[in-house]
Amino acid sequence: MVRMVSATELRPTTYAWPVEAAALEVKAGRHLAVNGLDLSLGDGVHGLLGPNGAGKTTLMRALSTVHRPSGGRLRLLGEDATNGRGLRSLRRRLGYLPQHFGFYPRFTVREYVEYMAWLREMPKAAVPGAVQRAVERVGLTSRADSRLKTLSGGMLRRVGIAQAIVNDPDLLLLDEPTVGLDPEQRVEFRTLLRELGAGSCVVVSTHLVEDVVAACTDVVLVDEGRLVWQGLPAELISRGEQGGTGDSPAERGYTSFLSSHRSLS
Amino acid sequence: MTEHIPTPSLTSYTANARDLDDATVWAVEVHLENCAECRAKLAELAAPPLLTLLDDVQVMIDRGVRTGPEPVRRRTWRRLAHRWAVWSVIPWVTLVFSAVLAAFLLDREFPQRPSLVLLLAPVAPLAGLAIAWSRRSDPAWEITVGTPRAGLEMLFRRTVVVLATVLAPLAVAGWRLDMNPTLWLLPSLAFTAATLLLGGLIGVTRAAALLSAGWLLAVALPAILTSDLPVVVRPASLPVWALAALVGAALAVLRAGDHRRVN
Repeated sequence: MVRMVSATELRPTTYAWPVEAAALEVKAGRHLAVNGLDLSLGDGVHGLLGPNGAGKTTLMRALSTVHRPSGGRLRLLGEDATNGRGLRSLRRRLGYLPQHFGFYPRFTVREYVEYMAWLREMPKAAVPGAVQRAVERVGLTSRADSRLKTLSGGMLRRVGIAQAIVNDPDLLLLDEPTVGLDPEQRVEFRTLLRELGAGSCVVVSTHLVEDVVAACTDVVLVDEGRLVWQGLPAELISRGEQGGTGDSPAERGYTSFLSSHRSLS
Repeated sequence: MTEHIPTPSLTSYTANARDLDDATVWAVEVHLENCAECRAKLAELAAPPLLTLLDDVQVMIDRGVRTGPEPVRRRTWRRLAHRWAVWSVIPWVTLVFSAVLAAFLLDREFPQRPSLVLLLAPVAPLAGLAIAWSRRSDPAWEITVGTPRAGLEMLFRRTVVVLATVLAPLAVAGWRLDMNPTLWLLPSLAFTAATLLLGGLIGVTRAAALLSAGWLLAVALPAILTSDLPVVVRPASLPVWALAALVGAALAVLRAGDHRRVN
């Protein structure tokens, strides 16, 4: 007799969110900067918004495995990121651009991106091609052999993005990636973001609401270390059309969500 | 037997004639890629404007090669150096060399007083370790610490460089002062291992500062003030130092995972 199989049984049970946080707590020094955050992020580009001191950078550091969570649960790409086991293999699949991008001034663009590929344990044979692709994607091919100390702030930011994407990460974390970019470069960067988000999870922490609306598939709003709201950019704009303060509907939506949250708490 | 492209087909190909369908053009190009004879024939058949164009392109390439930017020299040594150390250790290296030289000269001048080389040896590598693994001295620290090579591997590489840098002048000083090498080597290794072990819990910089201050206040300073060589740097204490270095190194390797995170 043939056994009937229900749709529920056929549903994949092994799917893991690229980012899955439950009651996450992360300290910045002695201050609990991320305080009981619940968050699930799938593939796509997620814009992380929030006021200064909301815990965005600390959250990005926890997602990049630089900071150890002090409480709660954090799973990244299906691996438990709260303990040290599996950290090495997880880090091979991560790309990270910190808010304060440190670099070695005497390195050339190519040398720096190569060094980062080496730190991420990329196979030796794959490094030259990966470096070339990363440098091309950020539009620095003509400056690939220039020393970093000769580059402008915007160009350095693009080097930072190149080093973060050199290993084709499954989880890409960009903290304030558009700082220092001119308007034309920002438009190009948004296109690159959309490309990157097609097959991986990209988290972009920024103050610029217009960047989020233009390039992100999802908006995550945090305040005081907690999730305030998560939804589509269109929903943010729609909220802004009803009220709030700011120059654009998206900005008004952002301030409206924040003030609602603060009035409730 | 290899069949070559018929001359009429080649003529049509060079003339970009429309009587060749896509499949034939593809077959001709595949054959040309592998057949020098047909390529030579194609060159003969090519119309004069095409030959002129090819010559012009060749001239442009040659000119570009002559006048273009110089090929960038691959700085292999610099890439290798960064895999093992950070540049900010250079001022520290100068300081250590100066301190060991000063201690050596004072030991030679005042042989009856406690050896400053022996008193300096345990803490000589500690500042280097702190610098090699400090967020302030490595501009790319935040990116580095979130990569798979952070932890045991980078720690091992940077510790080896620091030890090699410190032990070289100590070895020369010890040799010139006719000292037993284990007298300065074992305390250095034991303190290095202890710093790494403690550093996994409180940070390498804090651990180095704590252990250096403890040694200088509890051992070095009283020895200088009393002119009496403490028992901990006498040959009788060597087995204890050897055991401490061995156990400390083993524990530091076992606890290397502590260095993979900031807190």
